[in-house]
Amino acid sequence: MIINGEKTDLPTGISITELLRQLNLDRDKIVIEVNCELISKDQYASVLLKQDDQVEIISFVGGG
Amino acid sequence: MNIFLNENPLTVDEGITAYETKNQVKKDADVVILNGFLIKEDIILHANDRLTLIRKGAIPDREELEALLIARHTPGVFHKVKKARVGIAGLGGLGSNVAISLARTGVGKLLLVDFDVVEPSNLNRQQYFISDIGRYKTDALKDIIFQINPFIEIETKEMFLDESNIEDCFKDMEIIVEAFDSPECKANLVNTILSKCPDKYIVAASGMAGYFSSNTIKTKKMLRNLYLVGDEVSAAQPGCGLMAPRVSIAANHQANTVLRLILGERDI
Repeated sequence: MIINGEKTDLPTGISITELLRQLNLDRDKIVIEVNCELISKDQYASVLLKQDDQVEIISFVGGG
Repeated sequence: MNIFLNENPLTVDEGITAYETKNQVKKDADVVILNGFLIKEDIILHANDRLTLIRKGAIPDREELEALLIARHTPGVFHKVKKARVGIAGLGGLGSNVAISLARTGVGKLLLVDFDVVEPSNLNRQQYFISDIGRYKTDALKDIIFQINPFIEIETKEMFLDESNIEDCFKDMEIIVEAFDSPECKANLVNTILSKCPDKYIVAASGMAGYFSSNTIKTKKMLRNLYLVGDEVSAAQPGCGLMAPRVSIAANHQANTVLRLILGERDI
C-alpha cells in the first residue's frame, strides 16, 4: 500500500488500528483517509487495508 | 468619467491626474493612494480608478474611516471579504494572530471561540496585553479588534469544543481555522469538520514550535477541503517552546490561506 505517497511493504489485510500500531501513531492525534475517503475513529478496527490502497495520514503535533 | 474617491463615486474630467484631483477636492491630503498603491509621482487617472486621499493625523468620521482603512488593499478584495464568514477555533498564538490579520483585511464576520482566560505566559506570542490578564480571550480579542477595524461583525463563544458541539458551533461559517494547542483537539476538530461538514473548508496547523528555520513552515493542501500549515514535526514539548516569530508565521500562513479561499483561489 502507499502511505503519504510512499510505497511501503506493510502486510496487506491489516486493520487501521494495526497500521497505526506499526507506525507508532496515536489514534487520537491523527486524521486518516483511504482512497480519498475519510475514515472515522470507530472504523479503525474494521477497515482492512488492501494491496493498492492509497493511505493519507496526518499526524498532529502540539503547539498553537 | 467616473472614478472612486475614498470609495465614493466622483465624476472628473478625462485626462485629469491624481494630483490635480487632490488639489481640487482635498488640497491638504499628504497621502495619495491609487488602486492600492501609495504614489509618489503624479499619474493620469482612468475610469473606475480608486483614489484615496488622506490627511495624516486627522481622525476621519466613521463613514470615511472604513474607506480609508482599505486604501492599500488590492482593488476588488474588500467587497468579497466583507461577505465572508470565518470561524476561529482557539484564540492562542495562532487564533489571535489569524483573527487580527483577517480583521485588518475586513473579513465581514468572525466567530471567535475559546474557553480560556488570558494568563501571563500567553503574552510571549499571543496578541493580548497585560491589562487583559484574567479576561476571557474572546472578550479581550473582540475589544482589540474593535480598536483596529470596528466595521466587522464579531461573535464570541466561551466554550470547550468537542465532537458534540463543533458542528452546531460553526454551522453558519464557510471556513474554519483550527488554532488549538493540543494535538488531540486539533485532530478531533479536523475529523469532525471533514466528516460532518463536508462543504466547509478547514485550515489547520501542526508544527510551529521552537526557532527552527522559518522556511520549513509550509501550507499544504491535504485531504478534500483541508489545508495544513506548519513543518508537521516541531512539537511544543519540554525543551522546545512556542515563540512569537514561528507561531505568527504559521498563523499568517493560515490567514492568507483563508483570504485566498475567500477570493476563490483553491490552490496553495
